[in-house]
Amino acid sequence: MTSEEGRVINLMEPGHTGCAGCGQAIGARLVLKAAGKRVIVANATGCLEVFTTAYPRSSWEVPWIHSLFENPAAVASGMEVALKAMGRYDDVKIIAQAGDGGTADIGMGCLSGMFERGHDILYVCYDNEGYMNTGYQRSSLTPLGARTTTSPPGQLSWGNKTRKKNLPFIALAHGVPYVATATVGEPRDLMRKVKKALEIEGPKYLHLLVPCVPGWGYESNLSVELARLAKETYLFPVFEVENGVITKVRRPKERKPVEDYLRPQRRFAHLFKEGGEPHLEELRRIADENALIETGPATLVHPPSP
Amino acid sequence: MKAILEGSRAVAEAVRLCRPNLCCAYPITPQTHIVEDLSKMVADGRLEAGYVLAESEFGAASIVLGASAVGGRAYTATSSQGLLLMSEVIFNIAGLRLPVVMTCANRAVSAPINIWNDQQDAVSLRDAGWIQLFVEDNQEALDTHIQAFRIAEDLMIPVMVCMDGYVLTHTLEPVDLPEQEEVDRYLPPYDPTYKLDPDDPFTMGAMVGPDAYMETRYHVHMDMMEARSVIAKSADEFEEVFGRHRGGLVDAYEIEDAEVVLVSMGSVLGTMRDAVDGLREEGIKVGILKVRCFRPFPKDAVHDAIKEAQTVGVIEKDISLGLEGTLCSEMRAAFCGEESPEISSFIMGLGGRDITIDEIKKVARDLVANPACRVEFRALRDDLMKGDEA
Amino acid sequence: MRIFVGRRVKPGTTLENKTKSWRGKHPVYKQEECIGCQRCFMGCPEGTVYQIDKKKFDVNLDYCKGCGICAHECPVDDIDMVLEAGCEDPELG
Repeated sequence: MTSEEGRVINLMEPGHTGCAGCGQAIGARLVLKAAGKRVIVANATGCLEVFTTAYPRSSWEVPWIHSLFENPAAVASGMEVALKAMGRYDDVKIIAQAGDGGTADIGMGCLSGMFERGHDILYVCYDNEGYMNTGYQRSSLTPLGARTTTSPPGQLSWGNKTRKKNLPFIALAHGVPYVATATVGEPRDLMRKVKKALEIEGPKYLHLLVPCVPGWGYESNLSVELARLAKETYLFPVFEVENGVITKVRRPKERKPVEDYLRPQRRFAHLFKEGGEPHLEELRRIADENALIETGPATLVHPPSP
Repeated sequence: MKAILEGSRAVAEAVRLCRPNLCCAYPITPQTHIVEDLSKMVADGRLEAGYVLAESEFGAASIVLGASAVGGRAYTATSSQGLLLMSEVIFNIAGLRLPVVMTCANRAVSAPINIWNDQQDAVSLRDAGWIQLFVEDNQEALDTHIQAFRIAEDLMIPVMVCMDGYVLTHTLEPVDLPEQEEVDRYLPPYDPTYKLDPDDPFTMGAMVGPDAYMETRYHVHMDMMEARSVIAKSADEFEEVFGRHRGGLVDAYEIEDAEVVLVSMGSVLGTMRDAVDGLREEGIKVGILKVRCFRPFPKDAVHDAIKEAQTVGVIEKDISLGLEGTLCSEMRAAFCGEESPEISSFIMGLGGRDITIDEIKKVARDLVANPACRVEFRALRDDLMKGDEA
Repeated sequence: MRIFVGRRVKPGTTLENKTKSWRGKHPVYKQEECIGCQRCFMGCPEGTVYQIDKKKFDVNLDYCKGCGICAHECPVDDIDMVLEAGCEDPELG
């Protein structure tokens, strides 16, 4: 899109086939907006890749590569080192991006390698809490109690049995200089963090909560609001860590009860049936633990699942 | 410059001379000396390339993919389990038309785990869309790596140089190391228009559906078929600069009047030549066909080389379990529909078992006695024929 | 000349795909109460809301899928969602 008469220039153009209301589309568009044109993006397989690059069309106005599911961190590592070796690294930034499955499960090895070797790359995880592109299956970032197609509630089950794997803290354990979480509920905060990260040298990890309309089961106009509620209920803490020290926590102005976030989503509907109260209580406990971020990082390492 | 070098070292020197922008690997026996030699070169400032120690072979292959995608000349090396682990990326690199060069130090595949030489690893990835060249000795290993970069960058097809693990990688042989100036003359800098660059943005790796995927594959296949003539010519071009005629698709030894032809790939060919000399003294008209280029398969060259023979014995260090040795199957395919000599598959040397001159002679004599087409495992141990769990 | 298919896809080409056919409703930007918070502009998954002035925004209807985020997020109710001709408001479970 051109910029005459004030129309916006997008580095991720419309005309893509993302769902109406897709949280990840909002997130990716904002990331690119903050990052600017002088980037090269390595993208994992997933919703974002599939709905933006179905041949013969592409949404991306920047150089962009999709290789495989688990390897954008490694592909990005190769790009960074080769560009430096060829003397072409002056004004370009490298971004690696993937969903929660591509980051926390299948992509852990490559991600850890990228962190450990200290590459100058911003890694963005679009966390919609499941393998949404393949039909809403469970990932290690699916929250406790959530319905997915592989953690359905039933006679013997109340939904997903485990808590979210703590990716930001796994990143921190590698000693990377910048780790932050954000949501599409607060676009300016998200963009500020992208810009800030890109000014820091070394591996950066940005974990974004991006609601998924069909996977989470809600009306399409609620994507931004749900992301905000996730923060305000403390089911998704929003914070920034620089060189191992928590520098900013986005505290909710008024902390909301978890029900406000859970009720509008069909994936939690079963928890509101008879017998679901202990599971809601567990989620409240998780929110309380997350709220402890206000006092220090040690408290965010959660105990093992029962 | 003449030197006595381990195969691994010869390869590392060849790669260094080709001025890669990025080298990346994950250690696996018997490729490790290549990786270590490159590390030492970087540490001493002899190799000015980005050098990444990956967290796995999968990571290593992905890293060279990224490096090539931004227009860098990229190199990696692996074996066996590592090659299988990175197999997803191997197909991906070929499909993305990136001219990566890789050394496969051929080693048997698990299970059972075995670190010694056979060719199952590379042969198992023959469908991936990589050019696969099998070398016979350390000089050929050195020369072929230099040719590999040029062939890859000409065709935009990645090249896998296969050399027998331990047998070549860990064996010292005299080699002639070219001068940097010669390599620079033969191999110009890699400067593709197909590279990720903010000055010319495009999307690499789109999702191609049923409406266009076939055409994608058709064009890769056509370029692979054209690779046969490019590889055949590369020996002449190599000779112009380096004074040695090394390369090409196949090579023949004592084949003109041969009634029995033995075929193989890789280092065992040296032993086979000695065996053939001995057999000729016994009066057996036996010759050798060396298959150097396994992919693309040199159907025409193979066909022409063996069409006059009565019987052909393919000695190979791989087995497609449930059928026969793969090279044998493919050689039969070169005669599609036509009358062909009997072509037999002799499985030998798996897991690093030595292939002796006597064993090779036995194969030839058996073929004289019985030329009919068959599949046989040779030189098996009698004491293990009843298993070991009794 | 080597021939390739699917190797390079041109940038921004999804603009050829006008996703307006997807929607059952579309937003109307009344441009009366706007406070310039930009929530509509930033929250659009398509990037089809654009800024005309500090307190004036509108939507390029070629791509709007009618998700309703902009209207829902507007703090001063300056955006209405209007049914497309021939569409009925579905009952969502």
